[in-house]
Amino acid sequence: MPTVVIPALLRKFTGGVERVEVPGKSIRELVQRLGERFPGIDRQLLQDGDIRPSIAVSIDGEIATGGVLDTVGENSEVHFIPALGGGEV
Amino acid sequence: MSKKTLVEATINGETVEFLCEPRQSLLETLRDVLELTGSKEGCLTGDCGACTVLVDGRPVCSCLMLGVEAQGKNIVTVEGLAINGVLHVLQNKFLEHAALQCGICTPGFLISAKSLLDRNPKPTEHEVRYALAGNLCRCTGYDKIVKAVLDAAADIRSQGEGKAAAR
Amino acid sequence: MAESTTTRDFKVIGTRPIRPDGVDKVTGRAKFGADYAFPGMLHGKVLRSPHAHAIIKSIKIDKALKLPGVKAIVTSKDLPAAENKLEQSGEMTVNPMHLSMNILAHDKVLYDGHAIAAVAATSPHIAEEALRLIEVEYEVLPPVMTVDAATKPGAPILLKDLRNNEEGDKPTNVAQHYQFKRGDIAAGFKAADYVIEREFNTAMVHQGYIEPHNAVGIYNSDGQATIYCSTQGAFDVRSLSAQVLGMPVGKIKVVPAEIGGGFGGKTTIYLEPLSVLLSKKTGAPVKLVMSRSEVLRASGPTPGSKIKVKMGATKDGKLVAAEIWMAYQAGAFPGSPVAAGALCIIAPYTIENFLIDAYDVVVNRPKTAAYRAPGTTQAAFASETVIDELAEKCGIDPIDFRIKNGVKEGAPQVLGPPFKRIGFIQTCEAIKNSEHYKSKLTGKFRGRGVASGFWFNAGMQSSATVNIHTDGTASVVTGSPDIGGSRASMAMITAEVLGLPVTDVRPITADTDSIGHTDVTAGSRVTFATGMAVYEAAKDAERQLIERAAKVWEKKPDEVEFRGGMLHAKGNGVPPMSIKQLAPRFARTGGPITGRASVNARGVGPGFATTVVDVEVDPDTGKVQLLRCTVAQDAGKAIHPSYVEGQMQGGTAQGIGWALNEEYFYDDNGTLRNSGFLDYRIPTCLDLPMIETIIVEEANPGHPLGVRGVGEVSIVPPVAAVANAIYRAVGVRMTQTPMSPPKLLKAILKHRGATQHSAAAD
Ligand code: FES
Ligand code: FES
Repeated sequence: MPTVVIPALLRKFTGGVERVEVPGKSIRELVQRLGERFPGIDRQLLQDGDIRPSIAVSIDGEIATGGVLDTVGENSEVHFIPALGGGEV
Repeated sequence: MSKKTLVEATINGETVEFLCEPRQSLLETLRDVLELTGSKEGCLTGDCGACTVLVDGRPVCSCLMLGVEAQGKNIVTVEGLAINGVLHVLQNKFLEHAALQCGICTPGFLISAKSLLDRNPKPTEHEVRYALAGNLCRCTGYDKIVKAVLDAAADIRSQGEGKAAAR
Repeated sequence: MAESTTTRDFKVIGTRPIRPDGVDKVTGRAKFGADYAFPGMLHGKVLRSPHAHAIIKSIKIDKALKLPGVKAIVTSKDLPAAENKLEQSGEMTVNPMHLSMNILAHDKVLYDGHAIAAVAATSPHIAEEALRLIEVEYEVLPPVMTVDAATKPGAPILLKDLRNNEEGDKPTNVAQHYQFKRGDIAAGFKAADYVIEREFNTAMVHQGYIEPHNAVGIYNSDGQATIYCSTQGAFDVRSLSAQVLGMPVGKIKVVPAEIGGGFGGKTTIYLEPLSVLLSKKTGAPVKLVMSRSEVLRASGPTPGSKIKVKMGATKDGKLVAAEIWMAYQAGAFPGSPVAAGALCIIAPYTIENFLIDAYDVVVNRPKTAAYRAPGTTQAAFASETVIDELAEKCGIDPIDFRIKNGVKEGAPQVLGPPFKRIGFIQTCEAIKNSEHYKSKLTGKFRGRGVASGFWFNAGMQSSATVNIHTDGTASVVTGSPDIGGSRASMAMITAEVLGLPVTDVRPITADTDSIGHTDVTAGSRVTFATGMAVYEAAKDAERQLIERAAKVWEKKPDEVEFRGGMLHAKGNGVPPMSIKQLAPRFARTGGPITGRASVNARGVGPGFATTVVDVEVDPDTGKVQLLRCTVAQDAGKAIHPSYVEGQMQGGTAQGIGWALNEEYFYDDNGTLRNSGFLDYRIPTCLDLPMIETIIVEEANPGHPLGVRGVGEVSIVPPVAAVANAIYRAVGVRMTQTPMSPPKLLKAILKHRGATQHSAAAD
């Protein structure tokens, strides 16, 4: 099952838990499942149905580019990190 | 608005007449009146050297001189360095040594370097750095510029020797 | 793709041809933004706030409008309403309201130099006169200039709507808090034999590109606008300007001019929408060019910072814990690169226990913009100084200390997942084995310092087309403005794939209507991502060449091979055919050949650099002279080594300026007092020695040619390296930048007083 690493400041939603195993084949599914388990956390990650512009998704150590559409593997590790496009313009 | 003045000067070997306002700098006159945009504006305060031109053989920040002061003067800009489409040795050396990145500072450096080599064909590294200290480059760290100028000087000397030997 | 490309045989890549745009640049023919002129063109100037923080009570423009020659004036009233939320614009995140407020102040000015109104007139001088006739009434507020001032209780609030992710509905100047952690720092510090804790302060500094911002806007009566400007990202200028002007993206065309330096500072907009607004009002083309003072006061510098670092190591030199607190000045609007700084600050090392807290804080200074490895130089100054101190405590050579703790392939990144192939240790080894590091430095008040740096590099979107002409030469078209010689690299990649001489390939940077979307030239991404698109586009052209040759030979495509620039029919004795020979037959075999590719590049390979400097300090004045400097950087694969060296030298020189001279100097009223090149002093060639370079080539497995990016990481180590060298020279640890003569002298005198004092006490 894919593992989602919860960013430090969102761990208040998970009761401090850092690594969560979540079933799913895409980022959309992972975020949805996360939201079901930890209500509110999905709203921190999404805006207008896609990943927030201020957040980047790293899948297996690489910045992904497809937002909620990106697929994840059976043993993928997913991180939500601050987007580094030089910050807000 | 102030009245325009008629100015006559030699620019890159040609006698040129032009009208300019008393408040226009030589840089502005070159760029906006004569459409010679090779000389660049980086500061307008004499600090960056991007606007450097030769006035009667001396390097001058054209942003600090008025257009009307060009009356009767002999002015060389970067556009006047290549003769009949043949590049000056400094221009070639800047290309060979990759002495430019963005190239905004290049016209000023070429003019300052030409003025140095006209005066001193055998400069040391320190003399090159000293002569170019009025020109700012933010891209290159100056390394390749200094090397290009030293190499151009060596080239000019060997050409001179070649000519001397042929004579 | 995973092969070691460093051992691959290249014909063109790795050579040093003359750049294709070179002649235009040494003859003065190259057209930079300010060089554009059009018939009937007007000139614009911008009225800027003399106050750092004030409410605008009224703006009266009637007197100015009456001045003969003045054609139009715009204020924020001419801008459409904008939404206060984060949006995606290309690869950037944008708050449309903050962007609009930065272009022209709405109801408040937030920094000295904040734009208030723009005038178009028949000459720049008349426009300037008109500025003096605009009457603005202000209610001046106390300026908030530092992180400390902005965060103390009761601090004046800059943006009334600003909220952060922690303080609920309380108005605040703290825009964002980021936190990264691993392991257990308490346990980590317990295991440490040595713990060093220091606080660092760095001054705000500017990219200092020599060319000021510029824009020519032409608004046509059919609602179509064209902008000519010097920018790192034409597509971003288009989307951001559309955003501010409330225009559809498709109604704006941006033509990127030659760009006179940017270093991150030309990734956003300032004058562009104003040129369009003024053109719309006047029906004429309008040109605006910033003065140097405007560039420094009102374009985006990089943040000043306050950083606290506590690190621990065991006796044998293993880093075991790090606790870091950092706050960056975002400027007037949120968005400093503090998160990047936080992710980079200890990135070169494996540390099992760390806690990093990072804060983005608004202050009454210009909104910061990207600057070469944004946020990371400040951070590395702090961490690399503490690491130097720990190495000294452990009695280990500072390079060996870095090698011992340095990250290798498989080591966890700050965020957890392992690094792929990287070249950090190799940069350290390269310095260790350099003639420079092995040489002995002798003489009084001289010292040698080293430091390292990390930067992510970026991927993002790029498009490319490769056109094969009827004579068998080619052009390669991209949307990446060429800021440091990238056109040469694009031509070289095309030439390499197609087996052409590089002089047969003309590289073009196209406008926003002539090429697919291409993200900004930033993040060291052009040679990597645009290079990847060019590689794929050339490969696409190659496939088509094979098909055409097959047609000519009446064979199947898989019976034809492309090798060494020649088409070969497999098997029998048909003589091979060059592209030149095939080109005249394009028309009869299906028409012109155009290879195309677009990528949203993945496989980014991070960059590392390690730098050693020798300095001499004048103990009576505090002046530091650089004696020698060597930088080693991992380029993955250097396409054009001269321009890779150029990036390394340029970044190093900027880092040295940051270390020794450069700073934004504000007075108590929040007025910038050094807004010119005389007082904001960037290094001249007399200040610097030759900058020696060692290119490490540890191929990036994520790129078909092994390329990483090279544009940024070289700026990261020098500030710390200079500080460490100063310590070795005179025994003082500098914890602030710039380490300018007055500041260093003060530190030397204090240190001398302390040592004399303790000597007396003994
Ligand atoms: S523009 Fe003349 S010296 Fe800078
Ligand atoms: S090459 Fe860009 S300023 Fe010199």
